[in-house]
Amino acid sequence: MTNLAPLNDNIEDTMEINDRTRGLNYDETLLFEKEFTDTPGVDLPAAKGIKSRTGQKTREKIGIHQVSEPQVVRHFVRLSTKNYSIDSGFFPLGSCTMKHNPRINEKVARLPGFAHVHPLQPASTVQGALAVMYELQNWLAELTNLPGVCLTPSAGAHGELAGVMTIRKAHQEQGNGHKNIMLVPDSAHGTNPATAAMCGFDIRVIPTKETGRVTVEAFKEALGDGKDVAGMMVTNPNTCGLFETDIAEIVDLLHQAGGYFYCDGANFNALVGKIRPGDFGVDVMHINLHKTFSTPHGGGGPGSGPICVAESLKPYIPSPIVVKDGDDYRLEQDGERPTSCGRLKGYQGQFGMHVRALTYMMSHGADGLKQVSEDAVLNANYIHAMLKDDFHAPFEGPVMHEALFTEKYQKENGVTTLDIAKGLIEYGMHPMTVYFPLVVNGAMLIEPTETESKEELDRFIAVMKKLASDARNGETEKFHNYPVSAPVRRLDELKAAREPKLRYKKDAA
Amino acid sequence: MRYLPQTNAARKEMMDSIGVKNVDDLFIQVPKKAFIKGKTNLPDHQGELQIERKMLAYANQNINAQSNRFFLGAGVYYHHVPSSVDYIIQRSEFLTAYTPYQPEIAQGTLQYLFEFQTFIAQLTGQEVANASLYDGATAMAEAALMAMRVTRRNKICFGNDIHPQYCEVTETYLKNNDGNSYTVTEDPSKITDDTACVIIQSPDFYGKPHSYSDWRKACDEKGALLVVVINEIVSLGMLAPPTEADIVCGEAQSIGVAMSYGGPHLGFFACREKFIRQMPGRVCGETVDADGNRGFVLTLSTREQHIRREKATSNICTNQGLCALAFTVHMALLGENGFKQLAVLNHERACELADALIAIDGVSLKNQHFFNELALQLPQGKNAGDIVQQLADDYGIIAGYPADDRTILITATEITTDNGIKALANALQEVL
Repeated sequence: MTNLAPLNDNIEDTMEINDRTRGLNYDETLLFEKEFTDTPGVDLPAAKGIKSRTGQKTREKIGIHQVSEPQVVRHFVRLSTKNYSIDSGFFPLGSCTMKHNPRINEKVARLPGFAHVHPLQPASTVQGALAVMYELQNWLAELTNLPGVCLTPSAGAHGELAGVMTIRKAHQEQGNGHKNIMLVPDSAHGTNPATAAMCGFDIRVIPTKETGRVTVEAFKEALGDGKDVAGMMVTNPNTCGLFETDIAEIVDLLHQAGGYFYCDGANFNALVGKIRPGDFGVDVMHINLHKTFSTPHGGGGPGSGPICVAESLKPYIPSPIVVKDGDDYRLEQDGERPTSCGRLKGYQGQFGMHVRALTYMMSHGADGLKQVSEDAVLNANYIHAMLKDDFHAPFEGPVMHEALFTEKYQKENGVTTLDIAKGLIEYGMHPMTVYFPLVVNGAMLIEPTETESKEELDRFIAVMKKLASDARNGETEKFHNYPVSAPVRRLDELKAAREPKLRYKKDAA
Repeated sequence: MRYLPQTNAARKEMMDSIGVKNVDDLFIQVPKKAFIKGKTNLPDHQGELQIERKMLAYANQNINAQSNRFFLGAGVYYHHVPSSVDYIIQRSEFLTAYTPYQPEIAQGTLQYLFEFQTFIAQLTGQEVANASLYDGATAMAEAALMAMRVTRRNKICFGNDIHPQYCEVTETYLKNNDGNSYTVTEDPSKITDDTACVIIQSPDFYGKPHSYSDWRKACDEKGALLVVVINEIVSLGMLAPPTEADIVCGEAQSIGVAMSYGGPHLGFFACREKFIRQMPGRVCGETVDADGNRGFVLTLSTREQHIRREKATSNICTNQGLCALAFTVHMALLGENGFKQLAVLNHERACELADALIAIDGVSLKNQHFFNELALQLPQGKNAGDIVQQLADDYGIIAGYPADDRTILITATEITTDNGIKALANALQEVL
């Protein structure tokens, strides 16, 4: 034992001890700040020394960092501990449908016959993949009563693009190319006007402020003589968590003026298995597979946003769709349907998400899906009923699958929606959607989903009541400091935007 | 139903609290005619075992690339993915998180996005990158739209053989607005004063690497942007980075992401720093928290739809988060030496494949220069589509993509084996 080197007395001076790492809370450097290792985290066979035939000088130094496998694994596992997720707890983010993501979906999507097939293989070698897509098309058509389905859009906003382009193409083909106005209520998701603008439409806003709904009067005023109105984009149930009660009359007027009804499907979880959008006048609708049909959100994607359309719009949806000839499945060929509004994505969509969504649909079946929407609506109404004395509910219930409150009561004591959101973090819960919809001041939009038990809802309600009581008691300062226990405190978003630093640079470190 | 935790007793209690007797009382706002009446044509719920059996039967109807008789590329590539990658992306905290709107409890997602952006910028030789887009095709379409915003012009020029589906998608996006148009020319002197950008793919659709100096010069003269599209990102381990470009975008599926019959894949987008306020998609930036410690947030959101509504740069509100994570983990494992080595292995396998195939009578290469994809010219009178179909039907070989009547695009990667090359060469010889 005498041969041991003496302990370096100065080790604390030479090694930086990080005071933010305590217990199970890790401070984790950037990957690029770790020691550069001699060998990478993969062992690849040696090159044979074949002379390059790229016709170009071979790149010498790239400047990528290099670490070993255990360092990589530890780095990302430590990063993961800084994330809140639906698997860790209640995630009542309104309009986002953060429901349980079943693992069987992941297992099935990783079967080699799905994961390791190429989008350009001959159809005869991918009949099983095409059958999955065909079956999903049928499920969606049946659940929406909208018979034309295109699975290619990559996300909700991409589905909107597909749907609005379908409407544009329909008008052009029918000699109504002059119709250049899209009606959008002020409660709409920002993607609705952004999409319509991308498709060259002018936006005309329908005000909804007083009732939280589109009224026949407001609609008529926005419609005018309707000559230039191409369509209307409405989320139903809407972003205030309310069903548009006048929708039947509104859609009749819209259709008489030759416009199409685009329904944003973000809130389909309130309807699935129980109510069919095709039966209340919808002409085209996108479905977020990552919301209603449980494919994981993955920290912001990948999503999938198929569109479903009425018979009248079927000729115009993007290509390709899956068709069945006798017993054989195939993709539409290029140019097979000349009235199509075109190709919107490479290949045929986020197939891995199609597999997951179909797996989920089969798990629930028609009976389970009906229970999904009923429980989702029941849970939201329960929260609405239990919290409406503590928080200002701008609109009367019953609500659909989400409950909307505002900061009105708390604001009197200087506590804002943002403070309440950060307070929820302090109590170990993910906040609701905040400051959306824009039609009320300081919105808090709560969507519990059907995969929460009463026990979990009661825990959330208890925390919200505690926050309301703290605000009533004037503990304002406490709120402004929230969160104190999260991996980081409130972040300076202004600085991030004013001095954008979007990548690591060695010199700057 | 296993995903529904509510008990009947709890449902009853909750209805009592709300003050309704029946769940349908909560749906009174909905018109009666919209309710599903009676049974639908859809089956009732099933257990895991039944579903696994059904889906496995579907999966087994497909020929998958693990057969080692697989040579198809054309924009989507079959590469080996280290085991750690899938393990990490299946961690609940990554898999089941939302877009990081609450940064205090989403630093895991935000930090890997920052690292992803760094990797993309380093590989492409660009100053900045965004947090990913849907796929290569939509990334190219977004690049065209961005060039039009920056230059306030509305004409796009396709400068070489670009993936045809990328062009189709761009065309779809362009025709949304009257006045937008595109031209196809391989002659830099043909671009005009109203050209917003020139788009060059490298390696091009037929596998040939390109350099950009002539195009750069022409773009500078006419005030147009130069956009470089890359759909085999592994090529950047051997080829020079397109530092001359104003925008570099494309597909990064090759690193960490399965082919998955076409998606989800990983669009990437990098550009010069001066254009960041015109860049589409989500961006992550570094900042500090209330205690002055480093942290990350989504930033530059004033470009985006939830703030700008109809004046936004794009309607996009997601990225391909989990695919970007897979890429970042795989890149971290590869490191400088591993990534370059991977590129060399791909190229060497392609050289060996090329030698084996051109030994067949009447077969030649369209391009002498390539990275990992060959454009194989068949003899007169042979149809590429028929040959590919025949090789699949009779030999179980996925030989490649029939790019035109007599050309098959054939790819080798580090996964390609000697036996696989032999099997393809023998089969091709027999069918020709």
